[in-house]
Amino acid sequence: MTCEELKDMYELYSLGVIEGEEKAEIDAHLARGCVACRKSLSDAVAMNAALLSLAPDMAPPVRLKRRLMASIGVKQTGWGWAAALAAACMLALALWMGVQERERSAELADARQTLLESKIERDQMMQCLSFLNQPETQQVGFGKGKPAQGNVFVNPRKGVLLIGANLPELTPGRMFEMWMIPKGGGGPQPAGMFRATESGTAYHMMSGPIDPSSIAAIAVTVEPEGGSAAPTSQPFIVAPVSAL
Amino acid sequence: MKQLTLVKFLPAAAAYAILQVALRVNDEGDLARRLKARDPHAMADLYNRYGRVAYSLIYRIVRNGAAAEDLVQETFLRIWNRVQSFDPERGALGPWVLTVARNRAIDYLRSVDGRMSSGALDLDRLENPALYSDLAASALSLDRTRRLQGALEKLNANQRMVIELAYFEGLSQTEMAAQMKQPLGTVKTWVRSALKILRDELSEVAIA
Repeated sequence: MTCEELKDMYELYSLGVIEGEEKAEIDAHLARGCVACRKSLSDAVAMNAALLSLAPDMAPPVRLKRRLMASIGVKQTGWGWAAALAAACMLALALWMGVQERERSAELADARQTLLESKIERDQMMQCLSFLNQPETQQVGFGKGKPAQGNVFVNPRKGVLLIGANLPELTPGRMFEMWMIPKGGGGPQPAGMFRATESGTAYHMMSGPIDPSSIAAIAVTVEPEGGSAAPTSQPFIVAPVSAL
Repeated sequence: MKQLTLVKFLPAAAAYAILQVALRVNDEGDLARRLKARDPHAMADLYNRYGRVAYSLIYRIVRNGAAAEDLVQETFLRIWNRVQSFDPERGALGPWVLTVARNRAIDYLRSVDGRMSSGALDLDRLENPALYSDLAASALSLDRTRRLQGALEKLNANQRMVIELAYFEGLSQTEMAAQMKQPLGTVKTWVRSALKILRDELSEVAIA
C-alpha cells in the first residue's frame, strides 16, 4: 500500500482495531521511519482523542481523587485508626463484592451484547421506517403462493427496501444477495448481501438514488458469503418492479 | 435514530478539560515536568484537569460505576508510572490520558466479554508516550471538538454506528461485520467514508 492508502487506516490502527496483514504492513512501514506516515499517525491520534472527549458527561465520585492520591502515597493524617478500621471493612466488603462481581460480570456481558444488538437493530429499523415514510415510495409484493413472501419498496431518491418472510435456511458460508434486473436485457446488478433472522424474516436496504423505470425486477439468490458478481443460483424471490 | 450516544452538545467534561487546557495551555509542559519530578501535587492537578473527561469516557464504555472508578485510577497510575519517557516540550497530556483511559476500558470489556484481542491488538504499545510527542495541547481545542461534533451530525446511521463500534466498543471491522450481519466490504466502506468526513472537517483547523 502507498502512504496515501495507509493514511486512511491510521485512526483504526491507533485504536488497536486493525488486524492481520494490514496491521503487519503498517507496523513495517512505520518501522522504516516514513516521515509522512508519522505525521498521518499523529493526526489520527489527535482526532481520536478529540472524538473520545465527546463522550456524554459523567461526574466522578469525590472519593475517586482521594483514592488516586492515596495510591501514590498522599494520605490524609489524624484519622489513622479510623482509616485502619475502614480499610478492614473495605477488605471484607471487597471480598464479598468480588464473589458478587463475578456473577454480575457474566450477566453484564450478556446484557451488553443484547444492548448492542438492540441498538444496531433499532437503528436499522429507523432507516426502514424513514424509507417507508417517504411519499414517493412504491410497493410491489412477491411470492404469492410460495413459501418466501414479502414486499419490495422502491424510492427514486432512497433506493430499494426488501422485507421478506419464510426465507429458506442458509447453509454455513452462504448469504442472500439482492439483484436489480435491468429492463431490456443486460446482466443483473448486485444490490447487497443480507441474512435472515432465525424465524426466516429479513429486511435489506440498498441505499442511494435509482431510476425505477430502468428496473424490470428485484430478485434474490443464495450466494457465497463474499458475494458474487453475477447470480450463481436460481432466484427464489422475483418482484416485478416494472408493474409499478 | 439521528443520535445514539455521542451527544449533541459539547459534554461538560470535554468543555471543562478544554477550558482548563485553553487557560493553561502553556503550563501543560510545566505539569508534565512536575509529574516527571514525582511531585504529588502535579498528579492532583492532572486529575483536576482530565479526571472528569476520563471518567466520562470510561463510564461510556463500561457502563459500570465501580469498574469505571478502578479504571480511572489505573489510567492515572499508568500515566504517573510512564511519564518519564514523555517529552514535556512537544507532548500533549490530554490525548495521552484519553487514549490510555479508552484502552483500559476496552481491555476491561474484552476480559468481561471473554473477547480475546483479535490479532493480538497490542493496546499497551499504543500508549507509548512517544506517540504523543508531536501533538500540541490544542489537539483538544474547543474549535476542533466543535467541528468534530458537527461532522458527527453529518454521518448517516450506518457510518455513526461503525464509528461507535470502533471507538467505544473496540471492535475490529471483521467483528463489526459479524455484529451488524453485513459483508466485511460494506462495513469497510462505511468506516472509510465516515473517517473521511471527520478527517476533512478537522483538516480545516490546523493544530497550533
